[in-house]
Amino acid sequence: MTENALDTAGRRAGSPATGGVGPSPVAGLPPGSGGRPPRPTLGRRAATFADSLWRPALVLAAFVAAWWFVAAREYVPNYLVPTPGQVWETMTGQWSELARHTVVTLYETVFGFVLAAALGLATAVAIAYSRTLDKALYPIVLFAQVIPKIAIAPLLVVWFGLGLTPKIILAVLIAFFPVVISGVAGLRSTDPELLDLAATMGAGPWRTFRKIRFPNALPHLMAGLKVAVTLAVVGAVVGEFVGASEGLGYVLLLANGNLDAPLLFADLILMSAIGIVLFVLVEIAEALLIPWHASRRAGVSLTTS
Amino acid sequence: MTAAPADTGTAIGMSGVTVRFTSRRSQTTALDDVSLDIEPGEFVTIVGPSGCGKSTLLKIIAGLVTPTSGAVSLRRRPVRGPQKEIGFVFQKAALLEWRGARANILLQAEMRGMDRALAARRADELIEMTGLTGFEKALPHELSGGMQQRVALCRALLHSPPVLLMDEPFGALDALTREQMNAELHRIWRETDTTVVLVTHSIAEAVFLGTRVVVMSARPGRIIRTFPVELPAHRDYAQVMSDSRFDRLATDLRGLLGSAAANH
Repeated sequence: MTENALDTAGRRAGSPATGGVGPSPVAGLPPGSGGRPPRPTLGRRAATFADSLWRPALVLAAFVAAWWFVAAREYVPNYLVPTPGQVWETMTGQWSELARHTVVTLYETVFGFVLAAALGLATAVAIAYSRTLDKALYPIVLFAQVIPKIAIAPLLVVWFGLGLTPKIILAVLIAFFPVVISGVAGLRSTDPELLDLAATMGAGPWRTFRKIRFPNALPHLMAGLKVAVTLAVVGAVVGEFVGASEGLGYVLLLANGNLDAPLLFADLILMSAIGIVLFVLVEIAEALLIPWHASRRAGVSLTTS
Repeated sequence: MTAAPADTGTAIGMSGVTVRFTSRRSQTTALDDVSLDIEPGEFVTIVGPSGCGKSTLLKIIAGLVTPTSGAVSLRRRPVRGPQKEIGFVFQKAALLEWRGARANILLQAEMRGMDRALAARRADELIEMTGLTGFEKALPHELSGGMQQRVALCRALLHSPPVLLMDEPFGALDALTREQMNAELHRIWRETDTTVVLVTHSIAEAVFLGTRVVVMSARPGRIIRTFPVELPAHRDYAQVMSDSRFDRLATDLRGLLGSAAANH
């Protein structure tokens, strides 16, 4: 209704019938509405959220039901596939232990991700701004990506011991690449006319970066960060596999060794939960940072002419 | 045309400007020995076939392209590197898609470090003048092409530049919106004492807006002729279109442009 009104107002503004002199594009518009559709209310937003959630929730419920059916009927022995109930009991029964290990893995992942994001962005800026650094760094970044990171995990443990350091380094190494690639793509996607414009505005490189190039790169960068955050979990867990005394990766090896299937499943669920929660956090950050981007809007044009 | 670049209060002076672009395989001459002097307050329109170096000419004045040879001056100072005393409008609006209309206009102020209060007042004036009132917060994708170009125009005028350079600013608009924008631009030019150089493909636009029309040849771009436009300073679109002087000039230009394209 409101959008229709706006649309008509816009069309009237753009129409040549108003003549050249002093057109008034907002004749039919209440003051203060600013020519934009109103922001969705909380209720409306919750409704959209629920709408986007029920389909995956249904699939997940079906999956759990199938799992429960298979396990309860013992089509597969319970020491291989426990029932959801057994997993739940383990999860609640050993919660304090599991929570402690989850925090460790979460810490390694987040630390690694933040470090990878910072280093990746810095590298992307260097590559996008300097031809020399582009030639010098790009092949090395690519080479670093090609090395199987999992294969150097043991080496990292030898170098840095059993503490958190090798896990964080591994998370950084794995999450770094998508940040660099997306950052470079984003920074290079700036419209050359905008850069010309910035030059005629007498702005220095820092202002141009802050006001034009960086915001322009954000959509690409956020896509890279979403990939990076899920990879950081992998890095942390693999680091724990190779040598650790705490963390979900360590618990996983332990449970595997003891053929403790319920613990193993509980552990897997927690690992996935870390990935999902962090991914959603990056999504929320994206929604807040680039609400203007085409990927994040419904696409209602106010004016048509 | 033949006036010496100095001592005449020239807003823009170009003498013997030649631009060659060298790529790995070939060398193209975009502009060949172009000389042009523009007085303050003039509205010079440049027409010519596609690829005749019209846009390059504007970029040279703006200091965004350095000529291979020849001298360029802006307000009697030699042009070396990007110039700040200009406003530039491109064919695409080139707006920041994350900023609303008003914030896009104020980019000019932020990039220059202008006084905030002054810039805000000036932005409001321009928004009013171009009929953008009510759309201050609208993002570029919510605006029509004509509206977007108005925002770009406001941005280019925010710092009250003595010289405004426009590179086919209305080329992407439909004919009716374009006429309306022409009328508005004419009014804005009359109300300020800005020197304007506008590149266009449209003969009607060139004649309606210009106090002088410069005709360029196809590549390599040369100035073939310059026509003074003998129409009143205060022009009404409908009146101009039915004016016999408009018809005569438009016919002359069409003939000249036809031969300019054919000779190539």
